[in-house]
Amino acid sequence: MLNVGLNHFLFLAAALFSIGVIGVLTRRNALVIFMCIELMLNAANLAFIAFSYYLNDVTGQGFVFMSMVVAASEVAVGLAIILSLFRNKETVNVDDIRIMKW
Amino acid sequence: MTPFQLVKPEELAYLLPELILVGTLIWSLLLELILRPRQSRFPVAGFTLLGLLAAAVADLRLLGEPARTLFSGMIVRDDFAIIFQLLAAFAAGLVVFASIWTREVSDQPTAGQGEYYLLILGATIGMFFLVAAQNLLMLYLSMELLSLPSYLLVAWPKRSRPATEAGIKYVVYGAGASCAMIYGISLLYGLSGSLELHDLNAYVAGLSDQTALPVATFLVALLLTLAGFLFKIAAFPLFQWAPDVYQGAPTPITAFLAVGSKAAGMGALLRFLYLGLCVRGSADLFTALGGLHWPMLIAVISALTMTAGNLIALAQTNAKRLLAYSSIAHAGYILMGIPLLSVAGLTAVIFYLAVYLVMNLGAFLSVIMLENQGLPPEIKNYRGLGARSPAIAIAFSVFLFSLTGIPPLGGFIGKFYLFAALIQGRLYWLAVVGVLNSVVSLYYYANIVRRMFLEKPLDETPVPASPMLRGLLAVLALITLALGLYWIPLYQLVEFAASTLGL
Repeated sequence: MLNVGLNHFLFLAAALFSIGVIGVLTRRNALVIFMCIELMLNAANLAFIAFSYYLNDVTGQGFVFMSMVVAASEVAVGLAIILSLFRNKETVNVDDIRIMKW
Repeated sequence: MTPFQLVKPEELAYLLPELILVGTLIWSLLLELILRPRQSRFPVAGFTLLGLLAAAVADLRLLGEPARTLFSGMIVRDDFAIIFQLLAAFAAGLVVFASIWTREVSDQPTAGQGEYYLLILGATIGMFFLVAAQNLLMLYLSMELLSLPSYLLVAWPKRSRPATEAGIKYVVYGAGASCAMIYGISLLYGLSGSLELHDLNAYVAGLSDQTALPVATFLVALLLTLAGFLFKIAAFPLFQWAPDVYQGAPTPITAFLAVGSKAAGMGALLRFLYLGLCVRGSADLFTALGGLHWPMLIAVISALTMTAGNLIALAQTNAKRLLAYSSIAHAGYILMGIPLLSVAGLTAVIFYLAVYLVMNLGAFLSVIMLENQGLPPEIKNYRGLGARSPAIAIAFSVFLFSLTGIPPLGGFIGKFYLFAALIQGRLYWLAVVGVLNSVVSLYYYANIVRRMFLEKPLDETPVPASPMLRGLLAVLALITLALGLYWIPLYQLVEFAASTLGL
């Protein structure tokens, strides 16, 4: 029987977060970037729940409810902007976004 | 265990400014729905202005009362929060007022013009809560409440390519930074067992007795959490979004992000650092955190921020982009006062923020007025403006010289207090970096002034401007000048507010 403890959850959360960061940095499709951002958010949520369980404290769970609502609105806003980008440029590839450069 | 009480009725009286803003938001939404889209601009904007004014008055009435924590420690109403809320209301009010007469906004074929003002109001509510938050949950939520409408406002001109591009850059960067922040907060929560800044402080106080692992985790968590703040104030190393977003967004929104959003982020950062991380040691000094002396970290960030902002600004040809880099440099100047951990330093920070608000809004307003008359914000278009439109050119020069820090303008007094506090706090190297940066900044600010007054105009036709914006520009220029000659009342108010943070 494998003994699952707090550390396992934290390592999983750290791994999820790293995958998300790498995805945001390497992917070029705006939609995929948003999926990777969701991954980062869920890593934080997982860490919150794990801490909340092991600290015997409900605050962390409360935070997760709030952050899920925020994540939903963030996606709504992000998708709306991606949509208007697509209408203007017929692309969701962030490499094509380069009107402004230093 | 005492039963958990959500809201005590008597606490609501202390939440009056925020309640007024929320009420205004709901009523202007209804107003927007009742009126026909084309007519909704003036009523909704006017109603928004009234709501902001009422909130500011309610805030002023609470000024000077002893600090109170509300809603089980979620937010605190002290004079520090009130002064930042007043700054936020002032910035939002001016941006709303300027937007009514901005062609870039009023010419949009969007169905409801009122939406634009609703979003500004929503972001302002976020700022109000952000500077009063005393709990990491509240901090995160209010920061999102500020960010989400800002993303939409940047991308608001739907048909404009630069605006949508700026919007997508802003939302991707912003969401990434807020994810880093929430992950950092989750680790801080796991370490300290609470989301309260006071409990975090107690944990930091005991950190020197801990083993290496918690200290290392704490450092990672701290850096991740700081990322969210540094993004909001556009400081090194998270400032790359700012120039693109500032250039592509409608100019009033650029001004809103450059002053309002930055001031609110700075207020939240100050409270997080001073309440959460400052621990008084045995010799009445602030102890270092594990191996990391965080004030030194902020000092280095400040130096890098202003140097990067100023150096890249030298090469800019677009006025909005130049002002974006200048606002990055100013974030660096403002950060200079934070590592001092003294009331003098904190007062200088808030005072400079207040002056910066006025002069930067003025500079952006000048850009808006020229844009209204078909002069895109390329610096070469400003050639010979002194002959075509002396009023705008003179006011613009006043703001630019004030941003440089030349006496007798407000910017000089703000910088003077910052440098005085740095000398007093014996942080000499940072003062030297700051002075050198001010000298560098003179070059690109004076370059615009030189083009306006010393070069021949392309054509001699005068540039007209709407009387409302003319009046607002004159008022802002007068305030900038007045703050350079008689600044004592503002300084005393700010000093009083700074002393309530408990340094």
